[in-house]
Amino acid sequence: MKFIPNSGDKKSMLNKIGLENIDSLFSDIPKNIRIKKLNLPDGLSQQQTEEKLHEIGKKNRSFDIMPTFLGGGIKPHYIPAAVKSIISRSEFYTSYTPYQPEASQGFLQAMFEYQSIIAELTGMGIANASLYDGATSLGEAALMCSRINKRNNFVIPTNTSWDKRCVLRNYISGVGLNIKEIPYNSETGEIDIDIMKKNIDDNTSGVYLENPNFFGVFEEKVEEIKKIIRDNQSLFVVGVDPISLGITKSPGDYGADIVVGEGRSLGNPIDFGGSSLGIFACKKEFIRQIPGRLIGLTKDKDGKRAFCMTLQTREQHIRRGKATSNICTNEGLCALAATTYVSLLGSKGFEHLSKINFLKGQQLAEKITSIKGFNKVFKGTHFNEFVIKCNDAYKVHKNLLKNNIHGGLILERIYPELKNCILFGVTEMHNDKIIKNFISTLRGI
Amino acid sequence: MYRSAKFDEPLLIELGKTKNDKPLKLLPSNIQRKKRLNIPNLDETQIIRHFLRLSQMNYGIDTGIYPLGSCTMKYNPKICEAISRWSCFSMTHPSQDESTIQGNLQILYELEHMLCEITGMVSFTLQPAAGAQGEFTGLLLTKAYHDSNRDFDRNEVILPDTSHGTNPASASLAGYKVIEIPSTDQGTVDLVTLEKTISNKTACFMLTNPNTLGIFESDILEISKIVHNAGATLYYDGANINAILGKARPGDMGFDIVHLNLHKTFSTPHGGGGPGSGPIGVKKEFDRFLPIPRLVKKGNNYHFSYEHKDSIGKIKEFYGNFSVLLKAYVYIVLMGGNGLIETSEVAVLNSNYMKKKLVDSRKYDLPYKNIRKHEFVISCERLLKDKGIRALDVAKRLMDYGLHPPTVYFPLIVKEALMIEPTESESKRSLDNYVETLIRIADEDPNLVKNAPYNTPVSRVDEAGAIKNPILNWKSL
Repeated sequence: MKFIPNSGDKKSMLNKIGLENIDSLFSDIPKNIRIKKLNLPDGLSQQQTEEKLHEIGKKNRSFDIMPTFLGGGIKPHYIPAAVKSIISRSEFYTSYTPYQPEASQGFLQAMFEYQSIIAELTGMGIANASLYDGATSLGEAALMCSRINKRNNFVIPTNTSWDKRCVLRNYISGVGLNIKEIPYNSETGEIDIDIMKKNIDDNTSGVYLENPNFFGVFEEKVEEIKKIIRDNQSLFVVGVDPISLGITKSPGDYGADIVVGEGRSLGNPIDFGGSSLGIFACKKEFIRQIPGRLIGLTKDKDGKRAFCMTLQTREQHIRRGKATSNICTNEGLCALAATTYVSLLGSKGFEHLSKINFLKGQQLAEKITSIKGFNKVFKGTHFNEFVIKCNDAYKVHKNLLKNNIHGGLILERIYPELKNCILFGVTEMHNDKIIKNFISTLRGI
Repeated sequence: MYRSAKFDEPLLIELGKTKNDKPLKLLPSNIQRKKRLNIPNLDETQIIRHFLRLSQMNYGIDTGIYPLGSCTMKYNPKICEAISRWSCFSMTHPSQDESTIQGNLQILYELEHMLCEITGMVSFTLQPAAGAQGEFTGLLLTKAYHDSNRDFDRNEVILPDTSHGTNPASASLAGYKVIEIPSTDQGTVDLVTLEKTISNKTACFMLTNPNTLGIFESDILEISKIVHNAGATLYYDGANINAILGKARPGDMGFDIVHLNLHKTFSTPHGGGGPGSGPIGVKKEFDRFLPIPRLVKKGNNYHFSYEHKDSIGKIKEFYGNFSVLLKAYVYIVLMGGNGLIETSEVAVLNSNYMKKKLVDSRKYDLPYKNIRKHEFVISCERLLKDKGIRALDVAKRLMDYGLHPPTVYFPLIVKEALMIEPTESESKRSLDNYVETLIRIADEDPNLVKNAPYNTPVSRVDEAGAIKNPILNWKSL
């Protein structure tokens, strides 16, 4: 049998154990719940399996054969072959969580470097070795705020994705915390500061701000927002698109206490939305409250530099019901891809990438709004996503599809007030030819 | 003797300096970056060598046996990796028009049905990103179920003292009070204690079957009766289901909610700690609470459906770790029903074979005298008493022979525990070698063992030092 080397040794092994047949290994299962077979087809050969998957794969229209202008937090980015080469090293990808540091120095050092890179990008004191995704990082951040200041209300603006708000609700509901949603300013797309101010009080544990937010708009009044939060002694949680951090201030520079984000864009494929990479960083003073795995630098018995998992008494395998989080498996390999990706770019390349994404965002918005009937909805400065209002969003979407282009994200389903509004996204992957074709197709609609 | 690569590999930051001019000025000044990023600008050659060397200082299942108990470190077929990287799958966006992702939806739909057949459940959600997130989801479903019955006072979760650490942690996260009950002297659930502890305050009883000692809970039907008579739900932690594929199904045992770890039983790689996937299967009464979107098939087309007013909502962005789900789907297609059954048969055979040889050696003790399933736990207590050698020392010494240690000090009810799960992936030769090495270590000079390892990239790591003075990134150097 494939992948089962002992198929032929069963008899001699059973002899050694002193059993007659395989069945007696299962004699401890009550007879009335024993089953004889699984109602699944027999296994296929590797060649047949590839053929089957090819047939299924053909039913997809992936964005390598049909460009996408979808926004909504996920956009295609170029992944250097070197990243794929590194994460394909099976010493890395077939290893387990590095509980035994002496056999896992390679992965541990890479995760230490990941934590360093995330701390650097976000401007925070410490970062963990990853959580599941941006949404669950936000959930964990809200829980952490309440652990720190024992307050119960978490404030979040509606210019955060519906998925994230939905996940957040589930993360905080169990332990009895509440969410207050703050509307966005309909002119700028930024958080409505006046309403936020009215909605925070001495039971507000933390305030979330996404920068750039779900509409692609930069939250520019960060200093003012920070002051309001500080005056209220609440915690300031900032969500980031890491690609923007080459040109924008790090959240640490404007007073964030916790920084979260979706890190997939750092060297990981989109993979239909998962795998993903939850970024989580915070001030060093909160080190005992941070969720998830931490890798620390230490020495071995001979005084040589070594790495290991550390502060594990926060974690479920030690602290069980009193752990800071239930997380065990995280997104290690995605964090490795991110580490490789950022190190390949270096600070220069990273800043350049940020800049291209910003400029492409401006160019595409200008080009679209030069078409009659297409207008930018929010005045705020945007990064590489932006909201456009047109006459008939569904018609635009269908026509683009007909012309082999994945259009933007139609916002009406989540934001009824944004009728006929589309969230477009653009990155370094959209070359002039792709953009030209897109614009001329839009013009034709 | 085994020799691991030992490089004094510098940190990335030590390999080069950041040399930049002034920051790019593009944005309004209140959000414009002013400090340069401190990330070295290195050449691709340097970076490849750096990470390649790191990889060579890391042990994976492709390096050798990796018998971590409850972790099911089995071989990860290369074809699963290869297919998951095909651009027709990896380059699809979760918000694409449904007409352009029919292939993905077909895979998810069929995988849900395969998992239903394997577990005996009625429906599945593939959204949870890992086993622990599956547990949390399962407990939210439990809560939704009791709430829908206006049964609001159930605020306790009961679990045995052999349970995985994630069980109580997930229960706490879902807002429940955790009650741990001691196991019997046979290492199984104590029915008398369970009956005494369970009440109309109990929301759920969480159980792993076979449990973390590798023992099948033969009283499972009585357990199910006790739990359901009390009005509580019965939750199945599927971490150990590699032991019983095609032999018995949690659905038939009376479990209401089941999670599976696809990165264990269904062979997707663990990636040094993820990404994983922890789908949840449920019985009919819980179906309406499952996360959205749900997958439906109309004619030959697949759709996402959001119209489920009783759903708990979302637990992760989009539809779960699709790349992991795809690999598990490919694995099941490759193995087929018969292959999965043989998987469990050989996993259990391998475990019992090793157990027998180790018990016969009289160097290690086997607490609880039952037959074992896919894993077993032995104790180093005798070694500690006679020679001062602890389970940790044995674990470290194994590395000198090029073998990955088992799980140590778990479950907590066994002193000086070594928890061994060989999986079906190991040859008889590999099992014999592991057993013989364990026996040899027991006879070695205690000082040699207590100072091991020697052949790894670093000698024994000072983990206490790392806690005393936490250095978590290169900023702190």
